[in-house]
Amino acid sequence: MLAACFTKTDCPEVVCSMADFVRLEYDIDGENFTSAGEASVKVKRSLRQMGFDPETIRKVSVSMYEGEINMVIHADGGKATVDIYDDRIVIVLADRGPGIPDIDLAMQAGYSTAPDNIRSLGFGAGMGLPNMAKYTDEMKIESEVGVGTTVTMVVKV
Amino acid sequence: MNSTNDEKVNLTAEYHSYMTDAITHSVMLDRDKCKGCTNCIKHCPTEAIRVRDGHARIENKRCIDCGECIRACQYKAKKAIYDRFEDFADYKYKIALPAPSLYGQFEEVNDLDAMLSALVELGFDDVFEVARAAEMVSEYTRKYLERNDSLPSPVISSACPVIVRLISIRYPLLLDNILPVMPPIEVAARVARKEALEKHPELSDEDICVLFISPCPAKASYVKNPLGVKKSAVSGVLSIGEMFFKMRAAMKTMREEKVQAQSGIIGISWAGTSGEASALFNEKYLAADGIENVIKVLDEIDNGNIRNLDFVELNACNGGCVGGVLNVENPYIAKARLQTLRRYLPVSLNRMGDQRLDSYEWDSLPEPEPVSKLSDDRHEAMRMMREIVAITHTLPGIDCGSCGAPTCRALAEDIVKGRAVADDCVFMMRDKLLKQCASLTQTEEKGETT
Ligand SMILES: Nc1ncnc2c1ncn2[C@@H]1O[C@H](COP(=O)(O)OP(=O)(O)OP(=O)(O)O)[C@@H](O)[C@H]1O
Ligand code: SF4
Ligand SMILES: [Mg+2]
Repeated sequence: MLAACFTKTDCPEVVCSMADFVRLEYDIDGENFTSAGEASVKVKRSLRQMGFDPETIRKVSVSMYEGEINMVIHADGGKATVDIYDDRIVIVLADRGPGIPDIDLAMQAGYSTAPDNIRSLGFGAGMGLPNMAKYTDEMKIESEVGVGTTVTMVVKV
Repeated sequence: MNSTNDEKVNLTAEYHSYMTDAITHSVMLDRDKCKGCTNCIKHCPTEAIRVRDGHARIENKRCIDCGECIRACQYKAKKAIYDRFEDFADYKYKIALPAPSLYGQFEEVNDLDAMLSALVELGFDDVFEVARAAEMVSEYTRKYLERNDSLPSPVISSACPVIVRLISIRYPLLLDNILPVMPPIEVAARVARKEALEKHPELSDEDICVLFISPCPAKASYVKNPLGVKKSAVSGVLSIGEMFFKMRAAMKTMREEKVQAQSGIIGISWAGTSGEASALFNEKYLAADGIENVIKVLDEIDNGNIRNLDFVELNACNGGCVGGVLNVENPYIAKARLQTLRRYLPVSLNRMGDQRLDSYEWDSLPEPEPVSKLSDDRHEAMRMMREIVAITHTLPGIDCGSCGAPTCRALAEDIVKGRAVADDCVFMMRDKLLKQCASLTQTEEKGETT
């Protein structure tokens, strides 16, 4: 699986020829709230360059945007990995934040623990996770309190 | 045939670069003046400019004629091409279409009639204010927003051609959101022609030329490559900057005022940001100006993050049309003057009446143009993307621009497209030279010891 790995630190010399997918990786900075949402804009741009249809691009960018914002607001940032195959796009958002104690509850529309200062920016409607589920074909949340959360989403093309 | 801001352009200059296709742009490069400084590349919102072999090049299909590069170039090597009044001498009947922003250029003007009459003094047979058409478009928009509950929301203004082109190359899903009515310049040209033919039955349409007096190069491009209509009714585009001086001189010698201004507060307000939106009498609007802000707003709308808005007015230039590069006056000063000018005017003087605006709806939606697509073949595009990502990681990532591309990522794209080589990066070049030096000294040392 690790045919293509593009992180500078891991392996600067990349073997591209073996891969049948494109991997895009981003560090999501939890300290810098003003840059939240930038990774999904970059993903959108790359998908456009690869000629994916606008509807697919919107699904990916909306669901990734919500997940990215969640990582910044609720988990001090993390890592986003987007694997692009020609028939599906797999988004993995992994953080080492506080974890989600009750995933079913968190998935309910309207449930939010967002602090007030974030709410004043328009976040905290408790719609992020439900939207992510709505816009993707598959979604899986793995979370352990005190360890972190990994959200995996698949959008079929 | 054409002239520019300050002088005649050397038309042998490279006219819009290596991507020759159907689009004819108004923004172009004067190769003799370009010093290859790379100042412009970072200002282009669509990354259309590269500096190669010491000169800037504009990629034809990416350019949206926003004029940012004209503002950025200290050597005045980026020019706007527009028409000259003298070139239309052969037409029997010449109609001037002054843009609302023209009104804000004159310091001494507190009387619109004098200003518009100067155009007749200069040889026009008639004047039709674009502000009048703007009032009609405002009325159309109010009705459009009322009658349609199932509209894609929000509705986006169609007035600024830069925005419409930007949407067509970058936000294909938002094409449906654009107000499907022709922009005021086009409505004005069509109504003006119709009125002229009614007033002068002896004329035929070919005898008439309609010349827009423009604050920006994008309108000149619009006329050559119309959006939403097959052919524009505008015959040519003159620059406010050039006409301003002629008009001022004419106003001094003019003895009689032959034209009466016919626009109200609404029409004149279209010259500045939120003029169009505020004319809708609906507070659920957003008005943004300046190309960077506009792109931010479009990204947000595209992601579905902007809700509860009925209307979005977007202007590529700071301050709206008064900020266009062909104006002479600072946009904020011009806007302040307009506030004084419109003071005792009626709110609006132009209704649709028998000018049924339905006949000014677009012939067809502008087509999406995915200019950034790497290849029509998905697998090939993905292969190229893998290479782009890989090469980007080998580049220093500081986006210095010395290579002539606006970012390291853009250079990587150019390399993969075969338009640049890794050695264009000064850092890669330096590393390569250092390595070569090192191996040279090594062999020399070896040579000495043996
Ligand atoms: N990565 C995460 N780490 C820890 N908790 C999370 C994470 N993502 C979501 N949550 C929890 O799940 C709740 C619901 O998330 P959701 O995205 O649906 O709403 P929200 O982020 O609070 O508001 P909105 O997304 O509408 O702005 C959050 O309030 C938070 O308690
Ligand atoms: S006019 Fe605008 S889009 Fe065209 S090259 Fe200049 S900066 Fe880029
Ligand atoms: Mg959320």
